[in-house]
Amino acid sequence: MDILTHIALGAQVIFQPINLLFCFLGVLMGTLVGVLPGLGPTAAIALLLPNTFHVSPVSAIIMLAGIYYGAMYGGSTTSILVNIPGEAASVITCLDGHQMALKGRAGPALGIAAFGSFIAGTVSVIGLMIVAPPLAKFALAFGPPEYFSLMLLGIIILIYLASGSILKALMMFVFGLLLSTIGMDAISGTQRLTFGILELSDGVGLIPAIMGLFGVAEVIANVEEEIKRTIISTKVKNLLPNLQDWRDSIWPIIRGSVLGFFIGILPGPAPVISAFSSYAIEKKLSKHPEKFGTGVIQGVAGPEAANNAATGGAFIPLFTLGIPVNSVIAILLGAFMIHGIQPGPMIISKYPDLFWGTVMSMYLGNAMLLVLNLPLIGLWVQVLKVPYPILFPLILLFCLVGVYSLNYSLVEIALMIGFGVFGYLARKFQFEMAPLVLAIVIGPMMENNLRLALVISQGSPMIFITHPISALFIFITLFLLISPFVPWIGRRRQKLQEKVEGEEV
Amino acid sequence: MKRFAWWSLLLALTLLPAHSLAATDFPKGPITYIIPFPPGGQSDVEARMQQPYLEKILGVPIVVNYMPGAGGALAWTKFAQAKPDGYTVCGINIPHIILQPLSQKDAAFKTDDLKPLCIFESTPIGLAVKKDSKINSLKEFIEFAKANPGKVTVGISGKLSGHHMASLQFEKMTNTKLTLVTFTGAAPQVTNLLGGHVEAIWGNSSDLVGYQTQMKILSIGTEKRMDVLPNFPTFQEQGLKFYPRIDRGVAVPKNTPADITAKLEKAFLETVNMPEYHSKILQAGFVPMGLNSQQSMKYIAEETEIFKKLLAEHNLLLKQ
Repeated sequence: MDILTHIALGAQVIFQPINLLFCFLGVLMGTLVGVLPGLGPTAAIALLLPNTFHVSPVSAIIMLAGIYYGAMYGGSTTSILVNIPGEAASVITCLDGHQMALKGRAGPALGIAAFGSFIAGTVSVIGLMIVAPPLAKFALAFGPPEYFSLMLLGIIILIYLASGSILKALMMFVFGLLLSTIGMDAISGTQRLTFGILELSDGVGLIPAIMGLFGVAEVIANVEEEIKRTIISTKVKNLLPNLQDWRDSIWPIIRGSVLGFFIGILPGPAPVISAFSSYAIEKKLSKHPEKFGTGVIQGVAGPEAANNAATGGAFIPLFTLGIPVNSVIAILLGAFMIHGIQPGPMIISKYPDLFWGTVMSMYLGNAMLLVLNLPLIGLWVQVLKVPYPILFPLILLFCLVGVYSLNYSLVEIALMIGFGVFGYLARKFQFEMAPLVLAIVIGPMMENNLRLALVISQGSPMIFITHPISALFIFITLFLLISPFVPWIGRRRQKLQEKVEGEEV
Repeated sequence: MKRFAWWSLLLALTLLPAHSLAATDFPKGPITYIIPFPPGGQSDVEARMQQPYLEKILGVPIVVNYMPGAGGALAWTKFAQAKPDGYTVCGINIPHIILQPLSQKDAAFKTDDLKPLCIFESTPIGLAVKKDSKINSLKEFIEFAKANPGKVTVGISGKLSGHHMASLQFEKMTNTKLTLVTFTGAAPQVTNLLGGHVEAIWGNSSDLVGYQTQMKILSIGTEKRMDVLPNFPTFQEQGLKFYPRIDRGVAVPKNTPADITAKLEKAFLETVNMPEYHSKILQAGFVPMGLNSQQSMKYIAEETEIFKKLLAEHNLLLKQ
């Protein structure tokens, strides 16, 4: 079978010692940043990207992807033990996970979170293997008008699903679009808004922006507030969930996996949304919804599976269309380009080792995470005890070195600090970062595709409606735009919004 | 005896500074080789191929450094101001180093700030359509373009680039008018051609080689057919004296002393003329060249005149 030869190819790639090592480093780093509050996968990937220059692109992507799904594992640990979500996607795990820990069942909670994540990771890898290649072939039908309409739809979904205020998300997005117009205009070749600074002619760098917004700003914000750290001091035992636990959580895990995978494909903070949706669904399906929040295992298993599956789903638009759906994938896209791989529908056929190697690495990485997380829980708890006066300056140092090592450019350091200050202030006023980051990435793509479509159509905007795929996206976009006026959907959104307080990815 | 000592001291003093700059002494430390593009691109691949040979010939480490930005203009602007001591060399691309100072306000270097050591490789540009296109030859393409003036969409990669210039020259030679669709690189160009979103593309030989089963390459900008593209004709075969291409070379800052330049030039020429270097380059879809410093300067001057005229005709020349 075709798929078997591909799996064999992927296995051949991942079992090279260097790739195994990078996969391990990735999931290790991922768990670490997942455990540490205040440093998420976005910042971690941005920090480590410059260190991947001198390895092959496959090794680099394998490691960076490992950070992404590894963080989902790590995040649950702190949620359960300390009641501090290591990253936004694990916010919901606090509800029942920490309650379980208080009742002395921290072991099974951590265990089911790890096993659930493993099962979900597996499901999403299989989904990725089945869905991505045919979709990539289909993606050839995507020309400039289709890309533009798809991105328009994506943005509307992103803003629609924003965890905070829609208006603020929109403002951040538009600000990002404005920033993205800086630099050389790809169509006419003229410089825009560069003020004679040659470093700006390729636009505002994504890495300085992300390091500033997620690294520097996060550190400043965390310095300000004192995070209470009451770590469950009793020894965590009985990591293996018992039979009853399994019976209770197997369906939530399966439902969470499928749900997470499909939500992952959509633009937006998929791990966060899928975790919340899974919790809501499990609560609704449960015979004892009133028990949720008091430490039921379903409330841990479902969301943890969902947020992990979502990371796999998010790779589909990346590998098939070259479109990022969240800020982590946006950096991975940047990593592709830094390694000389042009993202787009040809990636799977032109770099089969990259695609299948990454997919297989995700499978292996999930297995590694299971091993890393269960026996090493004690170690991760120790990590939580690293004093912030040591941790924060280190993060700042990494940000500075990381950005400078990209292009040896002081302009980019200044940009990063600027973004850091801006990000801190924006956070104070409850603005989200994700729409801004995505706009910086998607902005030039949108602008180019819009203008190319109009060049092809000799200036007629009808091209967006006469092309059927494009017309479909435009139609859904319009539907979403008027939907807030439909009461039923409006209420739903509001409910979701009330629950989601996460701010990252 | 005393007089002799004085004389020898004087002699030593006058010789000392001259001696420290003399070619016999160069190079004493590592040489930085700047690549004006991101790692992994063709410029990088070739620098890495040259690196071990250069290190052997010159006897010092060669450090490859990347300074991507503004299509190369960032590196060239900085490099033009670098210390002209031979310890920094920089990859150059033609027509980039000619077009940027002529047409871009922010590119603060002049073409002759960069003194070429050699031009080692050329990438022919070809015109390609999709495999199932109704256009089968260059002749048919020109007829089709004449019948539909301004309606035939052709994908190029980058404005004010080699592709852009090739297209303008082609339009002038064949008296046609094409609609240029500017993509940001080879991958979106190829994808859009295969997806049927543009009629044709101007493509680099190295990119076309990988897709020759999926496209019809109507013509390629070499004098003779390329070994890696045996089934596809040249423009010359079809009566057009048209050789669109992009060339790669390496340069030092303008005021680098002649003896140091000569030593570097020799090392580079020796490296890029090795048979194994040639075969690697040919296989990847490029044409090896070995222009020395003098020939390179003459070549760049000739090309500059051609592009200056072309840019002026299309009102793209920067007002000085």
